[in-house]
Formats: sequence, structure tokens, C-alpha cells
Amino acid sequence: MQIDGTDRKLLRHLQDDATLSIAELADLAGMSAGPCWRRLEKMEKSGVIKGRKIDIDYRTLGYGVLVFLRITLDKTRNNAFDEFIREARKLNEVVAIQTLLGRVDIRMDVRARDLNHYHEIYKTRVLALPHINEIEALMLVSEIKNTERLPI
Amino acid sequence: MIVDLDDIDRKILRALQDDGGLNAKEVGEVVGLSQPSAWRRIKKLEETGVICGRSIILDREKLGFDVVVYLGVKLLAKGRGSIDDFERAVSAIPEVQLVQYVLGVYDYRLKVMARDLSDFERILRRRIMTLPGVGNVESNILLSDDTSGEGLI
Repeated sequence: MQIDGTDRKLLRHLQDDATLSIAELADLAGMSAGPCWRRLEKMEKSGVIKGRKIDIDYRTLGYGVLVFLRITLDKTRNNAFDEFIREARKLNEVVAIQTLLGRVDIRMDVRARDLNHYHEIYKTRVLALPHINEIEALMLVSEIKNTERLPI
Repeated sequence: MIVDLDDIDRKILRALQDDGGLNAKEVGEVVGLSQPSAWRRIKKLEETGVICGRSIILDREKLGFDVVVYLGVKLLAKGRGSIDDFERAVSAIPEVQLVQYVLGVYDYRLKVMARDLSDFERILRRRIMTLPGVGNVESNILLSDDTSGEGLI
């Protein structure tokens, strides 16, 4: 699907504020509600707009610790990636698993209530995952920028 | 302050995680509440900061962003004085979505969106490597995301 400048403008406004009504959005983009609605409809149909989501602040739920684990796997083992990912997905505290190309094979984010809780998860669950060669941990201290905004 | 959720709150959050576009009436239907009581609970989750925002999910690939790179950045020892300058400058780069100060082998973790590898190279050379105080930079390119949806709620 081809996206034109007007579509981009609508997406930029929605990236700034996803709660805008069609009328408000049309107003901001300087168009009337009908064509605005049709453009959004088209972008939803073609999958450019995949949906909407809520952002949850896990710190308010008592999860104060976020650790990024950088893992290299034992690649001499067949299916090391598949088996590792399958097991890691079972852990509730693992909130992201990504396969990377570079010095690190897998990136995994672990959320915990505090450092003791993290240590427990690390010892009993993370280290029990299969085919791990090496693990390096980065602990989040502060977030300076966090946006999912695309520069469109 | 830590917010205590009950089972209905959890159900509401899960419903909204599946589809953030649901209105109070639709959320009520999913979790078995009337529209006003669903609305009150969502409102409370927003007021206590559990729901801290709403966003639109776009398909980055359909919009031409084929490459996602995670960078580990180390600042130069003599660059420590310019931490504020570094943070300000890196946050101003539109292709950089994430700037996190971390403890570990790197000082900062960045997430960069690029149209393709040559676009990434341009961003790395012209925008990242020229930042004040920047030292060693490690790039890892995202191949696939296998995050499971459920999580902690």
C-alpha cells in the first residue's frame, strides 16, 4: 500500500496522541471527518496501523528492577536457539526475548520486584535454561528516552 | 506506592493488552462488568498510573523501517563531564527510540530504527559516533522477536 503525505500527517498526530477522536484528528490535519476516517480505515485494513495498546508502568505494580540479559548460546548444539527460546518463553518474568545478529545471540529482559527477587529468578530459572554459553547483564538505572515513535 | 490489583483489574489489563482500542462498554463485556463499573476501574488504573499511556501500534516494516539495531555505548573516561550533553544530543535523534542508562559492560543502551543497513550506517557514522564523549559502540541487529504476550499481569 502506498502512503502519502496526508497519511503520514495523520500517523504523526496519532503517534503524539493515540486517544484523538476522528473529529479531533481531522481538525488537526485540516481535513473533514469523512476522508480522515476513510484514510484510517484503509491503513487499518492494509495493516499499516496494527492496533492500539495501553502502556503499563510495572513499577506501580511493585516491579522495580529491569535487567537486560545478553546471552550467547552454544551453537555446536542443534536447535540451540529453538530450544532456548521455547523454554525462556515459559518464564513469566521474562518480558522480552529477541534474537540478534552481532556479538550477542539473544537478548532477554527480566523484570523483578527487587534485587533479591531478581537473584532468585536468575539462579533458579535463567541459569536452568538450555544451551547457554555466556551471560552478561545490564541493569536499568534510568530511562532517558522511551518512545515507539517512528520518524515518519 | 505499590498498587494492589485484584483479579478483575488483571482481567481488564489483559483485555486492554490484547486490544487497547476497546472502550469501557466493550471491556465490561469481556470481563463481565457493567459499562459504568468497567469505566470506573479503568479510570482508577489510569489515575494510579498503572496505565501510564495509550499508543498506536504501527507496522514499522510497512512504513519502510526494515532494520532495528540495539547499541551498547560506552562513554570515554574523559567524557564523563559531558553526560548531560550526551543525553540531550542522543535523545534528539529521531531514529533513536530508546536511551537507557545502565549498569554493566556499557553505560547506555540505545534502540535505533533505520530504513536499511546503509541508512543505519549513516545514522551510526554521522549521528551516533559524533556524539560528545562517545567511546566504544557495539551493534546488534534485531533478527526476530519471540516475546510472548502474557507477561506479568
